[in-house]
Amino acid sequence: MRNVTFVRALNEAIAEEMERDESVVLIGEDIADCGGVFGVTAGMLSRFGRERVRQTPISEAAFTGLAVGAAMAGLRPVSEIMYVDFATTCMDQILNQAAKLRYMSGGQVSVPLVIRTQQGGGTCEAAQHSQNFEAIFAHVPGLKVAIPATPYDAKGLLKSAIRDDNPVMFLEHKLLYEEKGDIPREEYLIPLGEADVKREGEDLTVVATSLMVHRALQAAEAVADEISVEVIDPRTLVPLDLEAIVASVRKTGRLLVVQEAWTSGGFGSEIVRRVVDECFEALKAPPRVHGSADVPMPFSPPLEQAVVPSAETIAEAMRTAAA
Amino acid sequence: MDIGRDELREMLRLMITIRRFELKAQELFEEGLARGQFLGALHSYEGQEAVAVGVCAHLREDDYVLSSHRGHGHAIAKGAEVRRMMAELLGKETGISRGRGGSMHMFAPGIGLMGGNGIVGGGTPLALGPAFAAQYRGTDQVTVCFFGEGAAAQGVFHESLNLASLWELPVIYVCENNLWAATTPIADAWPVQDLAPRAEAFGMPGLTVDGNDVLAVHEAAGEAVDRARGGGGPTLVEAKTYRHRPHCMVIPEHRDEEEREKWHARDPIPRFEGRLLEQGVLSDIEVADLRTEIDAELEEAADFARESELPGTETIHEHLWA
Repeated sequence: MRNVTFVRALNEAIAEEMERDESVVLIGEDIADCGGVFGVTAGMLSRFGRERVRQTPISEAAFTGLAVGAAMAGLRPVSEIMYVDFATTCMDQILNQAAKLRYMSGGQVSVPLVIRTQQGGGTCEAAQHSQNFEAIFAHVPGLKVAIPATPYDAKGLLKSAIRDDNPVMFLEHKLLYEEKGDIPREEYLIPLGEADVKREGEDLTVVATSLMVHRALQAAEAVADEISVEVIDPRTLVPLDLEAIVASVRKTGRLLVVQEAWTSGGFGSEIVRRVVDECFEALKAPPRVHGSADVPMPFSPPLEQAVVPSAETIAEAMRTAAA
Repeated sequence: MDIGRDELREMLRLMITIRRFELKAQELFEEGLARGQFLGALHSYEGQEAVAVGVCAHLREDDYVLSSHRGHGHAIAKGAEVRRMMAELLGKETGISRGRGGSMHMFAPGIGLMGGNGIVGGGTPLALGPAFAAQYRGTDQVTVCFFGEGAAAQGVFHESLNLASLWELPVIYVCENNLWAATTPIADAWPVQDLAPRAEAFGMPGLTVDGNDVLAVHEAAGEAVDRARGGGGPTLVEAKTYRHRPHCMVIPEHRDEEEREKWHARDPIPRFEGRLLEQGVLSDIEVADLRTEIDAELEEAADFARESELPGTETIHEHLWA
């Protein structure tokens, strides 16, 4: 095993897939000479050249459309939208085009495209640089949604996403890029649609994603004397490994979903709905969702911290859910 | 104009086929209404036939076309099977998109037809993709993007021209300026009444052409396609034309009669046909035979569409994932 950062893991996944398959090209803003503002594509330009590392003007709609069209024509573009917030300027290309082209064509075209982007708060960048949109993408049929929490998951999932013949929204977190973790020396892939149990427990199932996996693990440790918490990371929301979540709820009888996205109308509610559909009889207490306060992200540091779930607020939510 | 007789005849055949297709589609739509079934918005291409045919005459099967909501003409000119298009209009399993797309989403990737689009301007960035793929692979394929002047008010259209020119992509943007975006006249949408001059701002050639003269379109498109194929980058072509019908089946006519009559007098089909007869390229009998042949094809296509099976409702989840 090697201990690498999240950024390094992503970088290796991209480089390995580019090495393996010439149809993989990179498209996005500031990705060539500076290697991406978060450094994910560092070194790609010198290794693969300008033909394959295409730095674009600030034109999300144009370059996302280009990536979708190139995918239809058989390339495997990996495009980068610098902040998920900027994806709002190319939602037509993501939601109306990429997600629907295969279905509308009666299965004649496919869109093997990965759109990488990063989400989340924690950097005092205010309301237009701190959002979490996984529920929007997961809501629209035709898009796969990956949302990794660890370097190991990030590398294995990204390699699978690049090889997938469908459009995949790959949602990273700005606070996790420097997070370190062990990855194997040899090549590995993680299939889309396989949850991972990050901590085993008996009393309460906590489903968490992205940064919230780490905070949920801290909270689980903090309440370990009172509650035995199982933390499950679905890793992808579409497809969703409902089986793993349901199996855990059948064991614990209690469910708490922790997400950084706004509490209302988020994917957490969807997980609760599916668990209720699937195993209502196994629930010993009301299933709950703990997410961000339903407000645009405020700039001021104490306000920002108050909006997003912390290990402390998650621990509190665990106590409530386990009561 | 150095176009052979067979090619001229083929261009006329395609133009008449498009016209007859639209008339037949209207018939099928009305049959549907009589049954109490509303078969979606149908955007007629009648009147604009010279544009699709004049442009697509230069395209090979492996060239790409990105079409718009008003796309029947583009599909026919690119070589799509008329009977499967007709079946698509009725939502049949035999349809060109297996009944999942309908009028606005006709796909035939095997002949480079990469679909219409229900979003005005939605195809303008998509067209960059196949063009980029061709450039990346070093082929000489070109991509044509058809759109209306309504789309030219969209932001993404300008982003797309910018990137096309910046990366010298082999793409031809063909604006079918039919003067009306749904019910909004161009005077209420553009401060400058011509599109071609905008090309200059993006450092690409812009051509204005009489979109009701198939030979003029053919000439302009030939220049643009040659440039793209030869690695010379994109071109913006503005074809001034007019649709004979209102925006779609559900919107009543709102354009004044004088304007409509003026444009009907410039109908591209009689114009071209008259020219071919006058120059002795085709005889009256040959044109009559052509029309008979087309009518028979369209009758057969309509029967095929009517008689084809509807998709089974158990298939709703098919074709979502690759």
